[in-house]
Amino acid sequence: MTHLPDTAILEVNGLAKQFNLHAQGEVVPSCSGVNLAAYPGQLAALTGPTGAGKSSVLKCIYRTYLPGSGTLNFRTADGRVMDLARISEQDMLRLRRSDIGFVTQFLHCVPRRPAEEVVAEPLILRDVEAGEALAQARTLLARLNVPERLWRLPPATFSGGEKQRVNLARGLIAKPRLLLLDEPTASLDKATTGRVIELLQEFKRAGVAMIAIFHDPDLVAALADAEHRLAPPQPLTRKTSALETQ
Amino acid sequence: MNPILEVKGLTRIHGTECPACLDLTGPEHDTNLCPACGSIVAAANVSFSLQPGEILGIMGESGSGKSTVVKTLYFDQAPSRGSAVFRDSDHKQELFSLNSAEQRWLRNHRFGMVYQNPNLGLNFGISAGGNIAERLLMNDLNHYGDIRRRAGELLTRTDVMVSRMDESPKQFSGGMQQRVQIAKALATRPPLLLLDEVTTGLDLSVQARILDLILEIQHELGTAMIVVTHDLGVIRLLASRTLVMKYGRVIESGLTDQILEDPQHAYTQQLVASTL
Repeated sequence: MTHLPDTAILEVNGLAKQFNLHAQGEVVPSCSGVNLAAYPGQLAALTGPTGAGKSSVLKCIYRTYLPGSGTLNFRTADGRVMDLARISEQDMLRLRRSDIGFVTQFLHCVPRRPAEEVVAEPLILRDVEAGEALAQARTLLARLNVPERLWRLPPATFSGGEKQRVNLARGLIAKPRLLLLDEPTASLDKATTGRVIELLQEFKRAGVAMIAIFHDPDLVAALADAEHRLAPPQPLTRKTSALETQ
Repeated sequence: MNPILEVKGLTRIHGTECPACLDLTGPEHDTNLCPACGSIVAAANVSFSLQPGEILGIMGESGSGKSTVVKTLYFDQAPSRGSAVFRDSDHKQELFSLNSAEQRWLRNHRFGMVYQNPNLGLNFGISAGGNIAERLLMNDLNHYGDIRRRAGELLTRTDVMVSRMDESPKQFSGGMQQRVQIAKALATRPPLLLLDEVTTGLDLSVQARILDLILEIQHELGTAMIVVTHDLGVIRLLASRTLVMKYGRVIESGLTDQILEDPQHAYTQQLVASTL
């Protein structure tokens, strides 16, 4: 059995990611040497300069990016430990449905669906009855200050802040065991940001583990139990192209 | 959960085939035409599994072999080699070792296929309702009234006006023809649905309605699907996992968001970079 501190839900060790761009003959480094742990009921903040690979860390945990090296040991609800870098695609899809949530800066959802259905979807995927899922979606939309007249409309025409609130509601509704947050309040006004802080504090009390990127240092101060500062990116390594060797 | 379908080493070569066929073709040779014997390697060593209710995308350009994969699974073409195990409840069958009567039975009862070209999936000599009735009759529904009612239900479900069920689909628009094909494919509530470029060549608004319909069906019936397309938007919308094919080979596979955001193979990177 792989090593994982008893209390942690996720432990990242030596994570590095780089992009090998074949057409340009370049290797673009992203994060490297990242070590961090996530604990139930606590929020770990990822900080560091632009380009340090903060979003890449979250995307590697969610497997939207293939981790380059390192281990990402995750503890399931029944106590098994699995390395997210190495588990099967099917296992990762299962974890996404049941354990790991991701709120990105942008709303990616099935078009032409009403906002309340977009928000309810994660619950429906977990076999919650449709009426109950919609009721919970509406409660959450109301808490996040999304005007009721928008609930039956597809989010495509919503403002940036409204879309972001729909996105947050969808990420929060199923109360995942591990929640990844990438600048979830970037385009929200002060009042709504306050409601988000309230919600995330409730999540902490409910035992949800979180790893978050906040653009606002006040949010880090208000919510973070630990801060992981990522080092600035390494310079580019360029492969010699055919043209240059001629 | 056990996969509903497990494909291993699926290979389809058109022509005489020589020992060099697989070595001298593929992405690294930039061709699927064997220089030694002139055979076409349409698909080589394609392997994947499909879970019940899952939508798997197969993406690639024309000639990559993506349609060949679904056509062999639907018995339109015989593979040169390989196996495909279909698990229906607890009953396991290796598709390519079945006799033609058994294959026909599966095709008519347990599999559904929607072709890019409605000509292949529909009989234009009979009415839209008749096309569906044909499939219902094969499934031992014999009462005229029952058949007509069920055909009407299926057409309503796929947004085809029931008032037009007695017309030949020849007179329908492209989008309507695809919806009749989908209604026909669904008539037997098959656990496996194969979709070959079903939205290619349709207007964007018509495409959107067909894609919505496909998602609704997956949601309502839990149908497992293989979606073949060259359209990254279709893959992004429908598929949880994706295979990328080129010159008959699977060059990359993974979770769909990973394939689109962190493609590993030079060809996939180029494909993703080419989207508008």
